[in-house]
Amino acid sequence: MIRTVGLAVALLIGVPAFSAVALAEGKIVISNWDGYMPKDLPEKFKAETGIELEVAVHATNEDIMGKVVASGGKGYDVLFVSSPFAEALAKLGIAGKIDHAKIPNLKNLYPEAAALKHDPGNQFSIPYAWGTTGLCYRSDIVKDAPDSWNDLLKPDEALKGKTTMLSTDRWLMGAGELALGMSVNETDPAKLEQVKTLLTDAKKTLLAYDDTTFYSKLVSGEAHLVQAWDGWCNYGITENDKIKYVVPKEGSDLWVDTMVVVGNSPNQEAAHKFIDYILKPETGKWVAENIMYKVPNKAAMDALDKGMLEKYPNLAYAPADLMKYEQLRDLGDGMKTFSKVVTEVMSAK
Amino acid sequence: MAPGLGWLVVFMVVPSLIVLVVAFFERGVYGGVDWSAATLGNFRRAVDPLYATIFLDSASVAGVATLVALLIGYPAAYAITLQPPRRQTALLFLAMLPFWTNYLIRTYAWIVLLNREGLLNRLLIGAGLTAEPLPILYNSFAVVLGLVYNYVPFVILAVYSALQRLDPSYAEASRDLGAGPWVTFLRITLPLTASGVAAGAVFVFVLSIGNFVTPDLLGGGKVQMVGNLIYDQFLSARDWPFGAALSMVLMAVMMALLFLNAAAAARARGRRHA
Repeated sequence: MIRTVGLAVALLIGVPAFSAVALAEGKIVISNWDGYMPKDLPEKFKAETGIELEVAVHATNEDIMGKVVASGGKGYDVLFVSSPFAEALAKLGIAGKIDHAKIPNLKNLYPEAAALKHDPGNQFSIPYAWGTTGLCYRSDIVKDAPDSWNDLLKPDEALKGKTTMLSTDRWLMGAGELALGMSVNETDPAKLEQVKTLLTDAKKTLLAYDDTTFYSKLVSGEAHLVQAWDGWCNYGITENDKIKYVVPKEGSDLWVDTMVVVGNSPNQEAAHKFIDYILKPETGKWVAENIMYKVPNKAAMDALDKGMLEKYPNLAYAPADLMKYEQLRDLGDGMKTFSKVVTEVMSAK
Repeated sequence: MAPGLGWLVVFMVVPSLIVLVVAFFERGVYGGVDWSAATLGNFRRAVDPLYATIFLDSASVAGVATLVALLIGYPAAYAITLQPPRRQTALLFLAMLPFWTNYLIRTYAWIVLLNREGLLNRLLIGAGLTAEPLPILYNSFAVVLGLVYNYVPFVILAVYSALQRLDPSYAEASRDLGAGPWVTFLRITLPLTASGVAAGAVFVFVLSIGNFVTPDLLGGGKVQMVGNLIYDQFLSARDWPFGAALSMVLMAVMMALLFLNAAAAARARGRRHA
């Protein structure tokens, strides 16, 4: 529903849609998560640049990785992936070098956006949205406001069977790693073993693992406390203002969704134009209003309605605060041990 | 014969062989397969107690689902055959009707019914039968329920067609010779429709043990079945070789079961004609 409203607003604001159609300048193919950018963006982009935009969708990072790792990225020009995957694409030589001279709108980004650990100076990736992972809860039901990952992992008697966790590997493990004071990029088998024990015990107290509907479970009252990405907690807040979001005192990961240009794409010029187009304040504003994620685009965040920042406090987190959290990084070879431990947690009783 | 055989080779034998081959290698760092050295490690890992337990659990969930589906499906099919022919068609049609809805939606509907704030719990609390909502969702009970609900029509169809082929004069003869309805059922009807029961049971069992959507939705991701394990290896852990090894083990188990079933059926036929 949120997205429909946004679309209607976009349509009302209106665009000089068919006014100055430039000469056709070819076509690019991008892959993004479904619904992660305005539906009418391809039309508007074409109206402005004359470049045809074909949008493919992927459901998960793993999904698009599977497609491009095998083919070396052939058939795609720009990919939307989370930062550890952008890093992997760079290591694999699939993500190409980004030419800043071709992207004047980079000036719209916060300075912090160029200081991200996975890619200082935005050599191969441009951040699209960023945020935290924390606890989302019903403040009218949960008596003591949670402030620690242990409130989720070792819940009070009253909360047992009323919590959910994310099952996507990096965040599932992240909750345990942060609770134990470890790095969210830990690959040491002995330490991961500790995380496994903690998460296996926590599993017995869960209502369910849930990556997609946890906020509706809060709204319905099925769950009282869930692990959530900040933006998704906002969907719950929209329906019930007693729902609150908190980053636990042990901290959060800093997740960053990015855009990369496929290095061997023959459409470098058009791909850079696309990224430049995305970095206009309008797209970022749309993301913040509809997906309810923070964007690293200062111009977009400044354009947001102040009422929105009050209603959804996590949208107002300052970039400098976000930078305190450790970013999820590509684990490289460590991924083998890591996914094995995740499989063991998911398989445990 | 030749086109059919060609079809089987191209679309079944060759892909299965690819999966088999992949199972003997290591995963690449970013997914895919590292072809540099062959290994038995994936199979060794697949029989590790942790995963072996998942195989056994899946088999027991699928087994219970099969049993319950038979207990519901057989009487339902039997009741249908007692109706006049036109109504039989209508009833069979109704039994198949749910298939017109997407599997995911049919399964999701159970979440709406069974959750803590769902219809069933509301009714139970309203009727004063329970004070606290019952935890009937996100556990193996819900998984079995989902599997039974989705697959019981297969049992009804299989048993119905076996009952249809049954010559009513056998049951008449049994009763003429003084057997009561129960004895007639147990000694005449049931053995003569065993092939339908077996076919229905194999359907439910095979579809259940490999299922991953139902455990994911109704088990809340906490009840892992071998289907989920395999799915995760391909789509989130990016460990194709291990996923391939698990698939091979699962296929071996299934083929053994189907073989036993076929052997038993052949023996039963042999005995009948002897």
